[in-house]
Amino acid sequence: MSRGALLVLADGRFPAGGHAHSGGAEAAVKAGRVTGAASLGDFCRGRLYTAGLVSASLAAAAVLGVDPVELDAAADARTPSPALRVAGRKLGRQLMRAARATWPSGELDALAREFPKGAHQPVVLGLVARAAGLGAEDAAYCAAYESVSGPASATVRLLSLDPFDATAVLARLAPELDLVADRAVEAARRVVELGVDELPCASAPLLEIGAEAHAGWAVRLFAS
Amino acid sequence: MIATGVRATARIVAREDGRGGTALPVLEGDGPLALRRTRATGSEARVMLVGAMSGPLGGDHFAVEADVESGARLRVGSAAATIALPGQAKGESRYDVRIDVADGGELHWLPEQLISVCGSDLRVTTRIDLAGSARLVLREEQVLGRVGEEPGRLTSRLTLRIAGRTVLDQELACGPGAPGGWDGPAVLAGHRAVGQLVVVRPEFTREPPAARMLGECAALAPLGGPAVLVTAVAADGLRLRRVLDEALASLG
Amino acid sequence: MHLDHTHDGPAAVSADAHRPDGTHRALRIGLGGPVGSGKTATVAALCRALRDELSLAVVTNDIYTREDAEFLLREAVLPPERISAVETGACPHTAIRDDISANLEAVEDLEDEVGPLDLILVESGGDNLTATFSKGLVDAQIFVIDVAGGDDIPRKGGPGVTTADLLVVNKTDLAPYVGSDLGRMAADAKAQRAELPVVFQSLRTEAGVGDVARWVRQQLAAWVA
Repeated sequence: MSRGALLVLADGRFPAGGHAHSGGAEAAVKAGRVTGAASLGDFCRGRLYTAGLVSASLAAAAVLGVDPVELDAAADARTPSPALRVAGRKLGRQLMRAARATWPSGELDALAREFPKGAHQPVVLGLVARAAGLGAEDAAYCAAYESVSGPASATVRLLSLDPFDATAVLARLAPELDLVADRAVEAARRVVELGVDELPCASAPLLEIGAEAHAGWAVRLFAS
Repeated sequence: MIATGVRATARIVAREDGRGGTALPVLEGDGPLALRRTRATGSEARVMLVGAMSGPLGGDHFAVEADVESGARLRVGSAAATIALPGQAKGESRYDVRIDVADGGELHWLPEQLISVCGSDLRVTTRIDLAGSARLVLREEQVLGRVGEEPGRLTSRLTLRIAGRTVLDQELACGPGAPGGWDGPAVLAGHRAVGQLVVVRPEFTREPPAARMLGECAALAPLGGPAVLVTAVAADGLRLRRVLDEALASLG
Repeated sequence: MHLDHTHDGPAAVSADAHRPDGTHRALRIGLGGPVGSGKTATVAALCRALRDELSLAVVTNDIYTREDAEFLLREAVLPPERISAVETGACPHTAIRDDISANLEAVEDLEDEVGPLDLILVESGGDNLTATFSKGLVDAQIFVIDVAGGDDIPRKGGPGVTTADLLVVNKTDLAPYVGSDLGRMAADAKAQRAELPVVFQSLRTEAGVGDVARWVRQQLAAWVA
């Protein structure tokens, strides 16, 4: 693997649309559940072990060559909120566009043809990692990190939170990111052997409910 | 002394009786899991799960299997809440529910709440396999701790397959020892009751209900198939039941 | 759809002038500028001026609502399926410059769904004087300022004022009331922009958006040539 390629892909400035999404932080802020650095930390931790673990496992399994169509269906089954399914596919399509320009690959072209309106973002992420010469662990780290970095930077904008505090929240989560990435790769290896039912399906009721509430607002800063 | 848990499997088979009703050719309770047939209404057979004891205790492994055959209609309830308790035996206890509904069959699975008592450690799995034209109403409610008490550890996975395709696969883990953040703003945020209602009707293929909020803390979502899921969190079991009842009523 | 005939990939990645089926895609013109300078009003006027001669569509980039898209819908300048709103996560300049992926989805979806199109106007959310469009997203850009925002804006320059393909100084009818010196603005703009064109307009007068519409027609003629 190339550590350089990993940095390019994991960079928050990679132009794949993430900046317009808050990962549920906007709904949690509006509901008064996230009010500062401490509650942002709790929010991110909950997200990391649920949506983050699921995304990381999907991405790792895609790197290991599991059929992306099956993984995409498994992502649907693990995302009951229609608003989150729409956001996931939108982001998948945007990532696909950025990645096809960055690391051209026949595999990516084929997936784009299979899903013209976008496959779930973590599935695309896994194939992008493959195209960039990265491994399952790298993809798992990218997905897990994205699951918390998005809400952290959104909260800086939403609450005018001190950006140093928000970044410190992410830094303190680093050991748990390691843990989640490890679990995701283990799960992905089981998926190769036993099928997609082995994927973690950890759920976060308030992320699902909050996403539906958010989708109904007339005024909002973020797309999800 | 080595304590080992109790293993028990209860089985129900519902079958069209040929006279417009539903027969129960298999109705087997087992140890602490007793089954009672109650008065039928119309073509629907009714069964009550009667907890002869309050388990599952630590180390117990309970299972309930329900098979609704083609054209049969079954309603299953429980006489009281299921209470997960700590036990003498080491390790987690398990409660596995396996549901199969064939084409044209209908199942209403509406047990009382599961209460996760302080110190308990329970893993629940509910696996539902439906044929393409099967109908289902299923409610799951978890109450985290008795009043004013810390909850036990609870992991609950719900898997729904329709015509062989998985349309829902979700696992909620909470209580001491669960992965971090379970009680934080992304997951439960201090709510002590969490529940799901699954409704599957073949006609949803043509006309899927629109996603909508049901108050602040519950949402109805169409799944990728003829199914909807209501997810709700609430301060307590009573409020949770009210939201889920209203959701079911709103589906007509 | 003829996805597989001419190109290997399923869709253009960025500024490719051709669509996957080999046809020429629509000209894309970006409109940027500070909040309140009259971007949406200019877009609405352009739609009215051009909709009978061209097949066109609009992408709006709202900061936190669909307000600009809804203004255009209310004004009925185009049928609703020809107006698409992109959400920008509180960073309108990011969506038109640093990460253009959502806007590219929007313009391609419009061409797929209501095309073929001659022209797509991409309106930025109101931002500051440094916000410019990426060349990966638009073929030409218009920067809209107004006389009420201060007659020293052309002198201050900034990427929008100095590099936009067309600078529009809007609301000239207000100049006497806010004490703006149009002559000075024109001289400053000339100094900043050399040969790049500048239009002074008031949408309240007879001439309206006429000069800008003429410029757009010239761009389109060059694009299809």
